[in-house]
Amino acid sequence: MNILVVIEHSQGSIHRLSKEAIVGAQSLGNKVTALVIGERSEKTITFLKACDIERVLTVDHELVKSYNADGYASIVSQVIVTLSPNLIIAGHTYQTRDFMPRVSAKLRLPFVPDIVSVSDNKYIKQVLNAKLNAEISSSMNQFILSFQSAAFSEEDLKLGSCDSEVYEPSLDSSVVRSKSEEPFQEEAGDVDLESAEILVSVGRGIEKEENISLAFDLAKAIGAEVSASRPVVDSGWIDSFRQVGSSGSNVAPKLYFSLGISGAIQHVVGMKGAKSILAINKDPDAPIFEIADYAVVGDVLEIVPRLIESLDNS
Amino acid sequence: MKIAVLVKQVPGSESSLPINESNDWIDESSITYVMNPPDNFALEEALIIKEKIGSGEVVVVSMGPSRVQKVIREGLAKGADRGIHIQEDEFIETDPLVISERFTDALKSENFDLILTGLQSDDTGMGQTGILIGEMLGLSTATLVIQTDLSQDKIKVKRELESGWFQWVELPLPASISIQSGLNTPRYPSLKGIMGAKKKEIKIVSTSSLTTGAKVQAIDKIFVPATSKQTEVIEGDLDHVVGRIVDIMKSEVKVI
Repeated sequence: MNILVVIEHSQGSIHRLSKEAIVGAQSLGNKVTALVIGERSEKTITFLKACDIERVLTVDHELVKSYNADGYASIVSQVIVTLSPNLIIAGHTYQTRDFMPRVSAKLRLPFVPDIVSVSDNKYIKQVLNAKLNAEISSSMNQFILSFQSAAFSEEDLKLGSCDSEVYEPSLDSSVVRSKSEEPFQEEAGDVDLESAEILVSVGRGIEKEENISLAFDLAKAIGAEVSASRPVVDSGWIDSFRQVGSSGSNVAPKLYFSLGISGAIQHVVGMKGAKSILAINKDPDAPIFEIADYAVVGDVLEIVPRLIESLDNS
Repeated sequence: MKIAVLVKQVPGSESSLPINESNDWIDESSITYVMNPPDNFALEEALIIKEKIGSGEVVVVSMGPSRVQKVIREGLAKGADRGIHIQEDEFIETDPLVISERFTDALKSENFDLILTGLQSDDTGMGQTGILIGEMLGLSTATLVIQTDLSQDKIKVKRELESGWFQWVELPLPASISIQSGLNTPRYPSLKGIMGAKKKEIKIVSTSSLTTGAKVQAIDKIFVPATSKQTEVIEGDLDHVVGRIVDIMKSEVKVI
């Protein structure tokens, strides 16, 4: 089986979901090509050349120095036509959601998105707000898949070596109709949630802005970084770069210490790759408990101060 | 300015979701339906844009069986000008390509300047219809839009990226734009709006009159997810709970 993996990178680094997509491709096929588009991709290409895949294709074109949907959709479509892969795979990221449907429509190839697991050519996707799972199939022998975070584990990546080749797309400025400005952050932060070993993550159960300091105190006591769910960021209680979930970071720490997070699917997709999840929540029916390794039904505001005290004394 | 808003009717978040006899979808008869919440933000954004310009037309478009006229009426009650109902009878299509080809065929003669869609549907969550239609109609496209700024022949949008990053993108019109939830506060219909909506036109287009390609993607089966995790529930008094958490971090997860 021939597989094309469309790689995403930003600020010079490969996206974690792209690594997981490579693992998925390695498990599904024997001839894997990774496609890297854009500038500042040296580190990403070096990483991919040390993976057990067939080759790396690189595209460095004036019109796609940084990401834009028009240029990416056109290039990925051209590469698919050239290579005729059986499967086209990407991580289910915001970028994939932005341009991959365009590829699907251009080539009339089905795009089966947000897959959580694969077995015997059956693709499992969460439906109805993750309350049920659906088995999806395609009648085509060529189609596009995107994998949800943690569908595959980065730890299963098979290493090897391969060469890279330059792919020359045919692209002119009439294709790129939209004008994309440089990405920016509203609050600049140098916190790297994705490589943190332990995360103390706060949700609405923290109740008030002044209680946020509890999370920072606990994090300090156990050498963790502090992250948060979207409602806490939207309330302005914590900086947006600390957000975990589909609109924030995708994290996979050794321990995810969840304080008063209910576990909405948009949050869970960003953290369910954690090795261990310890969750405290007042609501015994909170969905977070379904994915937790350790569940404490109780009040964060009671338990955390005592926990910090206990850690300080030992 | 002619704006189309695509709204879907989906099971409400509180609705029960019994699986049907053929195990390939839920049993329609016992479900409470609502307007897909992400589409409500797209509708609000369309109404805001029209109010800002002070002229134009907002058209609510929905596909499904007769029941979806309820969400079209809801849109009309909030201030949309007219509706288009793409009537599906026996089979509810879930293939995003076929769905989008139907919308494309039904909408192409309208020449909309702007097509707005929500982030994704709460039922199948494919998250691609608006962009597929954009490509099929030859429009420029953008997703995850959290701010819009319309001028004569272009629209500037602020897109949400991941990890706290954002980006401004300028698109020439016509454009198809998928809206990120939470960018505005959707209004409630007024009593006057509800009364007025009854007189507004809903055009019915039968799916059999629309041209599409073959179905290439299908939902074969749905099922309740198995919980794969063994969860240890930590119970007891506060001292015990705290002691056990410290113990887990020290000897099981080994992070301290």
